[in-house]
Amino acid sequence: MSNKAIICQDLTKQFGAFKAVDHISFEVEQGEIFGFLGANGAGKTTAMRMLCGLSFPTSGKATVAGFDVYHQQEKIKANIGYMSQKFSLYENLTVTENIEFYGGVYGLSRTEIKKRGGDMIDMLGLSQSAKKLVGELPLGWKQKLSFSVAIFHRPKIVFLDEPTGGVDPLTRRQFWDLIYSAAADGITVFVTTHYMDEAEYCNRISIMVDGRVEALDTPTQLKHSFQAQTMDEVFYQLARRAQRTAD
Amino acid sequence: MPAVSLQHISKTYNKGTVKAVNSVSFDVNKGELFGLIGPDGAGKTTIFRILTTVLLPDQGEATVEGLDVVKDFKTIRRKVGYMPGKFSLYQDLTVSENLTFFATIFKTSIKENYDLIKDIYDQIKPFSDRPAGKLSGGMKQKLALCCALIHKPDVLFLDEPTTGVDAVSRKEFWEMLQRLKQQGISILVSTPYMDEASLCDRIALIQNGNILSVDTPQNIISNFPAPLYAAKAKNFYQLLKDFRSDPAVESCYAFGEYLHLTFKDAGNCDQLMQQLRDKYQPAEFEYKKTVPTIEDSFIRLMQQTIP
Repeated sequence: MSNKAIICQDLTKQFGAFKAVDHISFEVEQGEIFGFLGANGAGKTTAMRMLCGLSFPTSGKATVAGFDVYHQQEKIKANIGYMSQKFSLYENLTVTENIEFYGGVYGLSRTEIKKRGGDMIDMLGLSQSAKKLVGELPLGWKQKLSFSVAIFHRPKIVFLDEPTGGVDPLTRRQFWDLIYSAAADGITVFVTTHYMDEAEYCNRISIMVDGRVEALDTPTQLKHSFQAQTMDEVFYQLARRAQRTAD
Repeated sequence: MPAVSLQHISKTYNKGTVKAVNSVSFDVNKGELFGLIGPDGAGKTTIFRILTTVLLPDQGEATVEGLDVVKDFKTIRRKVGYMPGKFSLYQDLTVSENLTFFATIFKTSIKENYDLIKDIYDQIKPFSDRPAGKLSGGMKQKLALCCALIHKPDVLFLDEPTTGVDAVSRKEFWEMLQRLKQQGISILVSTPYMDEASLCDRIALIQNGNILSVDTPQNIISNFPAPLYAAKAKNFYQLLKDFRSDPAVESCYAFGEYLHLTFKDAGNCDQLMQQLRDKYQPAEFEYKKTVPTIEDSFIRLMQQTIP
């Protein structure tokens, strides 16, 4: 088995005549922070759903954490973490209850949940708020907690779908500290974002246009190849070529 | 007379336990494109709801086109266009039905003010028979803007129109706002994206219900109080950790491919930079003096305000 975190070969998803994802191929290394960018409607969400074992590809091959996206979806789900701005924690459960719930879903033992959960709450500086309902926490804290919960079962890969939308610039940076530290621990991070400065924090970036991966490289190389000063310009040059809108 | 004026507006929720907006004051001048910039939960939507007369303030006074938001609410409602952050059109009416509906309740017709919306409406016209609920995010946003404009308002309130929208659509949207501004409409727009600040004539930075600063984007940047340096190295995360924990460094944050830092001793920066280089010897190290961004200013102002 390969030690690549993700391998995609000509992965395609078709809805009728519409190719939402059109023969995408790339590999993600273990421990890499991989930015997955694209305009609205480019096919990012559809691709991510296939990689998370939530939808079957129409054709092509892919493995995630060494498991096949056609035959081993449940194995994939057990070995990845997922977090988005929209879906994260249960607002009516306390911090501790959320941790217990997610720990339980991923099959951790009670003693493990208690120990790791305690460490996590200390590390986040949430000891005072452990018995508070998550709905009462400020957004920035929710996002940080939500990320920590997503990697609580020590997955090989964590998928982050626009994790920092709407949070203040300071919290956004604290959030990236958590991402760096997870990557340093060997967790592969697969992240989408609309903030182009965050694209710069990734080891490599892919940019999707109309269902295809149109660019894939380090931020420095991409800027070089597109003769652009910023990632914003690179993105703009590529995304404005898009034929299809987000319909 | 300013288009919009707030004097010490405060609003709390849940019987005073949640302070949404805390003694906020600022003016939006006539014909100005004014940005309210801050993260989620800063109080932006509360301010919009008070100014569009759908929410009463606890304290303070506010006027729109010289009219009081409490006493003159009926007149204000005829003079303003409001695009809420949450999509609020009728999902099961078609594009053209929604537009006709809003024109009718404002006692006008699509024809009468078509000039104003033509640029924007042309882009969604091919979908005019589609239910609004079935449109993409970018299309919904354009339709909502048309509906907010159809009665030719004096003041336009746009609450986070570009949130969740990709970089290309965001750019197009700001170009539309510039064209509306040229038609003399005063615009108050909110956004969590700091890079959009430079597209406004003036901005208010807001955090936790408090205004941090009101000024032109250029002035906010030139008021940044310390020399700012940008640095990068092969191992970016290590550089960030080293510099951040160094006693000579006052602040250190990641900004795209560089990190931005200020020193406690602002008179001696170049020498301190050399010392940091010698101390940590980062591979492929580069540094330069740099111009602050609105985000640099925002972080700094935030930290001065947080006790």
